[in-house]
Amino acid sequence: MASSSPHGQAPVELRGLVKRYGDLTAVDNVDLTVEAGDVYGYLGPNGAGKTTSLRMMLGLIRPSAGTVRLFGKDPTLTVRALDGVAGFVEAPRFYPYLNGRRNLELLASFDGHGARDRIDAALETVELTDRAGDKVGGYSHGMRQRLGIAGALLREPRLLLLDEPATGLDPAGMRDMRRLIRRLADGGMTVLLSSHLMPEVEELCNRVAIVRSGAIVYEGQIADLKREAGSTYRLRTTDDERALAVCRAQPGIEDARIDSDSVAFSGSEDQVAELSLALVESGALIRSLVPQTASLEDLFFKLTEDEPEAVPA
Amino acid sequence: MTPNAFTVYRWELRKLRFQKRTYLGLGAAVIVPIIFVVATTLRGGQPEDVAFGRYIHSTGLSIPLVLLLFGSIWMYPLITALVAGDIFASEDHNGTLKTILTRSLERGQIFRGKLLAAGSYAIVAIVLSATVATVAGCLASGFNPLTSLSGTRVSAQTALGLVGASVLVYLIPILAIASIGLLLSTVTRNSAAAVVGTLMVSLLIQLVGILPGLEGLHPYLLSTQFNAWQGLLRDPVDWAPIVRSVWVCALYGLPALVAAYLVFLRRDVAGG
Repeated sequence: MASSSPHGQAPVELRGLVKRYGDLTAVDNVDLTVEAGDVYGYLGPNGAGKTTSLRMMLGLIRPSAGTVRLFGKDPTLTVRALDGVAGFVEAPRFYPYLNGRRNLELLASFDGHGARDRIDAALETVELTDRAGDKVGGYSHGMRQRLGIAGALLREPRLLLLDEPATGLDPAGMRDMRRLIRRLADGGMTVLLSSHLMPEVEELCNRVAIVRSGAIVYEGQIADLKREAGSTYRLRTTDDERALAVCRAQPGIEDARIDSDSVAFSGSEDQVAELSLALVESGALIRSLVPQTASLEDLFFKLTEDEPEAVPA
Repeated sequence: MTPNAFTVYRWELRKLRFQKRTYLGLGAAVIVPIIFVVATTLRGGQPEDVAFGRYIHSTGLSIPLVLLLFGSIWMYPLITALVAGDIFASEDHNGTLKTILTRSLERGQIFRGKLLAAGSYAIVAIVLSATVATVAGCLASGFNPLTSLSGTRVSAQTALGLVGASVLVYLIPILAIASIGLLLSTVTRNSAAAVVGTLMVSLLIQLVGILPGLEGLHPYLLSTQFNAWQGLLRDPVDWAPIVRSVWVCALYGLPALVAAYLVFLRRDVAGG
């Protein structure tokens, strides 16, 4: 599972990608680069065009305009572009009248390159060994999801493309799925996963693209996004009145006010670090300084929800 | 091992072994000749208006020939369409196209593997049906000499060879029907629509054949090619209908195959 790409080609490179269905533009001029080793979140509400983008990356549908390159190769031209790439869009689907193992055997035959020898390990990884002899028609959604991951692992991918892998799973299933993705990423696999859940992306990913109505509205490091989003803090000191005055005087610290038994304010991490020094210098000693729930999710909603339309006169 | 079209072919055959419709078609192919032989033996009658119909009690070798004629109306086209019409549409139904198209096989290889599988199924079903008809017929009416369409007597051994050759010639229009089934399977993406549609096409062509004033079209109708094998049972052998069957069936089958291939190669896999 080498994380470096041949010839320095990025695992995923989308340029000006567009998909139109009649009047509807499902994917609107998307530019995106996933570097080797990234766990990349493709985040947006349902219907934002995430699945359509992934289908184009996997060569299942043709772009109306723009290009897809996986390690420099075009999946719309040849399936060779999927060498070292695995994944699925929407819920993974299998032949219901064949059992789990036989489905994987079929996929391994279609993969070649010793994929058959990896079936046992893949079943083990997704904890389906016990049920591998049962027909897939009787599998639960979560089991199919895991079989989908097993099918992807047969290809020993350097790049894994996953479409809302935790959707529809129960809380334990979601936790297990995220752990599995974390483990694969730690092993050096580059992962692009779509999601409509900010906390999921925040937990798993280092980079994120936020899409809305097919177009990217934010692209960058999660850490940068957090910094941009800012946070609210609660501060308790030995002298809250003096602390409030310091907060109000400190550049970059906003909305400072006394709220019940503490001082509340908002500011970025860097500015809060500087504030702590100013507080100590003023003689208001810090008892506790606690960041409140990150407002990342609020930012996500702000970026992806419709602004109120202007009322026509 | 690098996967290729034969990898797909082997798995298509394996998948057929796990599906009910496979046995529905093969079951009909086996049971119909047996019912035919049992019924005609018990009732003692014979179909008079069909070639070889009046020999069914004198030699069992006439039974497969009579069945080829009866079967061409809808039974053998239906058995052929049952798998050919389903082989792409079932992937749409199961949502599995996205599963198999994101491995290491090009769409063209998948197409060729499925094409081979659908053709193999039709061939196996018809050869099996004719074999059962021959065996059951000979058990009921004996392995006796056959009278050719020219009125000459043909020894039982030679007649058996001619029956085998007739089945091979019969497979030419069957493969054209399979091609139409494959086209409808890729275009409709719906198994029932493709199976019924293929049968409808076959019946409509026969309908054209009985319309008055269109006799000039007869030699070029797909349904006519189901009788081409009769040229083998003339003395001397009349090759003209067989040669015509080859190119007429190619005119029906090849454009259908090319269209199916292009549709499958270029289609967006947006469902599943």
